[in-house]
This record gives sequence, C-alpha cells and structure tokens, in this order.
Amino acid sequence: MSAIEPPAQRVWWKQPLDRVEGTWIVIAFAWCMVMFFMMPYWHVYGKQNLSNEAYRSSPEAFLAKAQAMVDKHTVRTVTEQNIPVVHPVPGADVYLVARLWQWWPVLELEEGQTYRLHIMSTDWLHGFSLQPENINIQVHPGYEHVVTLTPTKEGTYSIICNEYCGINHHTMASKLYVVKPKKS
Amino acid sequence: MAVNRNFRTCPSTGLVYHEPAEKLIRWNAVAGVVSLLVGGVLALLVTLTRWPAVKLLPPDWFYLVLTAHGLDMLVFWIIFFEIAVLYFAASTLLKCRLATPKVAWVAFWLMIVGAITNNIAVFKGDSSVMFTSYVPMGAHPLFYLGFILFAVGALVACFVFFGTLVVGKAEKTYNGSIPLVTFGAVTAAIIAVFTIAAGAIILIPTFLWSVGLVSHIDSLMYRTVWWAFGHSSQQINVAAHVSVWYAIAAIVFGAKPMSEKVSRGAFVLYILFLQLASAHHLLADPGLTSNWKIFNTSYAMYLAVLASMVHGLTVPGAIEVAQRGKGFNKGLFEWLRKAPWGNPCFSGMFMSLVGFGFLGGISGVMMGTEQLNLIIHNTIYVPGHFHATVVVGTTLAFMALTYFLIPTLFRRELMFPGMAKWQTYVYGLGMMGFSVFMMGAGTLGVPRRHWDMAFSGAALPHEFPGAAYLMMGLMAVSGVLATVGGAMYLVNTVGSVFFGKKIVTPDFKRVPVREGMAPARPPEPAVAPAGHGAIGAGGFVAPGTFVLAMVFLTSFVLYYFVNWKYLSTVWPLK
Repeated sequence: MSAIEPPAQRVWWKQPLDRVEGTWIVIAFAWCMVMFFMMPYWHVYGKQNLSNEAYRSSPEAFLAKAQAMVDKHTVRTVTEQNIPVVHPVPGADVYLVARLWQWWPVLELEEGQTYRLHIMSTDWLHGFSLQPENINIQVHPGYEHVVTLTPTKEGTYSIICNEYCGINHHTMASKLYVVKPKKS
Repeated sequence: MAVNRNFRTCPSTGLVYHEPAEKLIRWNAVAGVVSLLVGGVLALLVTLTRWPAVKLLPPDWFYLVLTAHGLDMLVFWIIFFEIAVLYFAASTLLKCRLATPKVAWVAFWLMIVGAITNNIAVFKGDSSVMFTSYVPMGAHPLFYLGFILFAVGALVACFVFFGTLVVGKAEKTYNGSIPLVTFGAVTAAIIAVFTIAAGAIILIPTFLWSVGLVSHIDSLMYRTVWWAFGHSSQQINVAAHVSVWYAIAAIVFGAKPMSEKVSRGAFVLYILFLQLASAHHLLADPGLTSNWKIFNTSYAMYLAVLASMVHGLTVPGAIEVAQRGKGFNKGLFEWLRKAPWGNPCFSGMFMSLVGFGFLGGISGVMMGTEQLNLIIHNTIYVPGHFHATVVVGTTLAFMALTYFLIPTLFRRELMFPGMAKWQTYVYGLGMMGFSVFMMGAGTLGVPRRHWDMAFSGAALPHEFPGAAYLMMGLMAVSGVLATVGGAMYLVNTVGSVFFGKKIVTPDFKRVPVREGMAPARPPEPAVAPAGHGAIGAGGFVAPGTFVLAMVFLTSFVLYYFVNWKYLSTVWPLK
C-alpha cells in the first residue's frame, strides 16, 4: 500500500523498523544532543553570550542618563549635526539611544577595556548591528538592555539599524570608535 | 436535507473525486496561484531594488512592495494551496464526501475578502509595516482586519477538513487507518489550529489598538506571541510539503513508507515540539532569560529537527526501495540515476527535498542556536534561510504537485509539457542560488528589509566590502532567474487550466451515491509484517539514501562548527 492509501496492516505500529531507519534515528538523535549541549557549554566556556540583564525603563529616564553621560564625557562632535562623541571611563556604564533615525551619541571606547553598554529605543523597534564584527541585537522601546562588551581591536566600526523602522531606516547608521588606551 | 454525493473516478489515476470537494479544491488552488502571480511580480520588484546596480524603486515603494510580497506569498499563496491540499487529502484520498461544502465556501470567501482587504490596506500606502507588523509601528486597521478575516476563514476550512475525516470514518469509506499523506495533512491542520489561535491572541488586540480601543501593546509581548503565530505557520508548510513529498513518491513510484511507524511518529513530533521553536526568533531580544531560550529552541526544537531529518531519510528511502523493487538494484545509486528526471512532478519534489534539507534545514538550525544567532540576527541571511525552506521547500513541492493535479483535477492536458520539464530546474536552481547568495551577504552583515546598503543620505554611513555587493548582485541575478522559472509555471498552469486540451473519457459519468461512497472493501487478510526482500546492500534496504544522509550530516556538522569558530572571533560579550 502506498502513502496515499490506507496502510496494509490495520495495526501499523507493529510493522518493524527498517535497519536503515533505526540507525539513522540513533545517529540523528545523537547529533541533536550534541547541538543541545553546545549552548550550555558556551555559557560556561565561551566568551560570546548575550546578556540576560534588562530593566524596564521609560524614554525620559533613559534619555536623562544618556544626557548625563554626554555632558560629562563628550570629547568632540562629528558631522554637521554636531553629534557628540563620548569617551567614557573604562569599565563605566555607557548609554546608547536608538531612535528614529539615529544612534545617539557616538561612542569612543578603548581597546581591551570592558564596558557596560546600555541600549534602549525611545520609539519603535530597532536593530543594533555592529559592523564589520556582525554582532546583532534587537532593541526594544521600554527595555533597557545591558550588554557587557570588550572591544578587541582598535579601528572605526559602524552601528547600523537592521530592524525595519520606517522610511529612513537606511539612514540610521553611526560610528563606534575604538582607540588604544591612553597612557596615564 | 439532501446531500450532494456525486463522485467521479479519474480514468488515468483511479482517484475518486467528490464533486463539491473537487470544485473547492480547484477554486482554492486557483486563488493560491493568483496570489502567487501577484507576489511574484512584487518579488521581481524587490529583487531589482536590492540589486545595488539597479535599485529600481524609491524607498516608500520598496517597503510597500516588500510588505505585500511577504503577505501574498507567505500567507495567501501558501495557505490557499494548503486548503486545497487538505480537502484533497481528506475527500479524495479517503474517497469520502466533503463535510459541509457550504461552510467550506463561506471559509473560502472569508479568506478571499480577507486577502483583498489586507492587500488594499497595503497598497493604500499607509501600512508598509512588513509581514511581521511589529508594534509600536502601526498599520491601517484594515490591515489587521483583513489578516484576521483570512485567518478565520482558514480556521473554518480546517474544521471542514476535520469534519470530513469524521464523515469518512462514520461512512466507512476506507479500511483501517488513514493513509500517511492524510496523516500528514492532519498534522498540518492541527498545527494550523493552534497557530491561528496564537494569531488571534495577538492580532485582535493589535487591531483594537489600531482603532484606539487599546492604549498600549508591549513590543516584546507582541514579538513573543506573534512568533507563536508567525513561526508555527511555517510549520504548517513543513507538514504540508512533507505530505506532498510522500504523495509524489507514492504517485510517481508507487512508493510505500519504509515503515508507517517512523513516518507517522515523526509527524507527531512536529505537533508536540514545533510550537516551542518559535522562540528562536527572540534569541537576540532583551528581557528573556537564556534558560528560556535554550529550553525552547534546543531541547524541544531539536526533536522537531529530528523529525525533519527522519522524513529526509524516509521519503527518498521509500523511493529507493520502490525503485530497487522494480529492478534498479545495482550499486548505490542506480535507483536515483534511473529516476524520471524529466518528470517535473519528481524533479520538483526531489529538489524541494534536497534544498529544504541542505540549505534551509542546516542554516535554520545553525541560526536558531542561542549564541550563533548573535552573528546572524536580522541580517539578510534570515530571508536567505527562509527562501530555502518556504520557497525551495514548500512552493517548489506545491508546483511539482500541480503538474499532477492539472490532468487529474482540472482534466486538462498540460499546454507546454516541454516547458514544464525545465520549469522546476530553472525555478529550483534560481531559488537555491538566491538563498545561498543572501546567506553569503548576511554573513558579511548586510541587513534584511533595507532599501540601501550604501546608506545614501546617512550622516555617518557604513561602507560594506566589495564582496557584499558582489553577493547582492549574484543574489539578484539568481532572483531574476527564479522569477523566470515562476513565470514559466504560471504561464503553463493558467494556460493549461483555461486553454489546455480537455481530457475526455468516452464513458465518463458521475456516480450518485446514497450512503457513503461505495460498499466498503472487505478487510484485507492479515499479512505478517514482512521486510522488503532481497534488495539493497550491507543489510540496508536503502543504502544509497543512507549514504546521502551521511553526506548531509557531515555538511551539517562542519557548517555548524565553522560558525562556532567564527563566533569565537568576535568581541567578547556577556
């Protein structure tokens, strides 16, 4: 009986497994378990895990914190819109606002230092996409996500938006500068 | 109440069609193909806009067209065709009358009205919110209303399908258990019910929000519940196209399942575990814990992955056994070499199987891994993956089935049989290239749903490497090729259905039947469960398929760990 007709035996579960099927199921299941194991394993031994730390926040509260950081640590401005470039203290809390259609402010971090990067949207959904590293994180309004990250190499990186956010989505791009640590 | 019970037997296939069911299958299939036509034109526009050298549309039109393309293809084409498959699997395969044809027509018209309403909302220009319509970006209320009406129609159609199963059982139109293909269709319909329930839970409040009756919808809650709808609806497709694979293997080769237990068990795994897999859309989101993400995407999801790997073996395995039984028993691959590669029904189905497994399956599991998702999320890799699953997998399987349905269901000869031979290859290979190049561009960071990878007008634009532009160019060329293949399909099906030579059988008549279809066949004598006789090699009845499966597994393992290796080189995060 073919697959478009009722099975030959009424009690079809008594039909024995073919050896090829049984073997494949065992192999495939073992591989599934390897893949399952990899995720917890990476939490323990891997260095790239997305943070579970997030807080409820409001646009006003988040903007106030970002503004305080900008007031204190701005080192220069870029572009005609005079977007502030902030050079925070290594290890500090750093704030990045995602909004239509801008990442604000521009950050300058030191190579090899670890920062607590707070990301939140003040309006719609956005996508934090660090290029060319290709690290991608969803950004929600109302959820302040704290990601601890360590830039490993100096250079000029880009932050682009990769969650569709309306007509000027393609203009929502910014820079992230990584510099050698200052000698103190 | 008089029940219409007119049946006809197809002279060439022996299939039995119930007249009202037949009409419904045709109309649903036609509505699907019309959606495919609209979606296909939009697909070409999207491709030509994302081709950096062409950049056809301005941004407002691009986002509008992309929204409509997603909806017309992923929702309207596929679900209309799936309803046709459900009615076919219940009424035709069980030789049974369709339950409540009138209700089925109500369902059909609800779906039509819903689809048109939704399209109107999008083409008005104020609902370019993409298929996913993430809040707080809002669409016109008609957008959600159309979506909801369509979903209600589809839900009603699922219940007509379930009703038909009850009728078949009660009127004893078949012996024993339902066929495997019908079992797969039941799987699709069960998944459809909880999928649509999830859709209602999120889209009805969103509709109320769009008209001002609900003040706030949380964006994370929306994404969580929406994906219980959005991802599960893709699992309806998987269950449906796997059933179509089994059906085509049976139609073309007379293949029977290697063992019913394994194939059916794999379908049950879909029902139990696929819903949880929708969590892998939220791996890069804040506010959800790693435990939640790992449980949902791995523990549970991999059992569904296991089910797909099982089908991936048992479908070609069944073909191999049937072919070896016919005497193509030499070596590992004679059965495959001597397969009817000129029959679009088979070639389409086989490419669907291979493309779905190698491209769609491996990429899907890789990016559905919690940490690996970080280097993939929302890049154009994602549409690369799902064009391999939904287009190469589902659409190509449905196209292959169409070549079988035109003579038996529409009773017309194919207008251009020569073109049909090539169509599945042009479309299949075009689409595979399209998917692969999108994945390539995504690996280089190119975002999805993005009008301009050169960021024109941005204060601080990013410059993608030349390789990314090359990938996008190759993607577009493959996309145009696939569009040509799609057009070949549409010309052939529409041409055949309306102008193809009618198949006339001299003594054809419809048979009115009072109770049920025909007297039930006497139960067949119990056969002792037997093996497949002296075919195959090394104790395996399907050694060729097993070798192919091992090739698949090797590519899977290599690709999976290559991505871990790549992940280990990016900035440390915690």
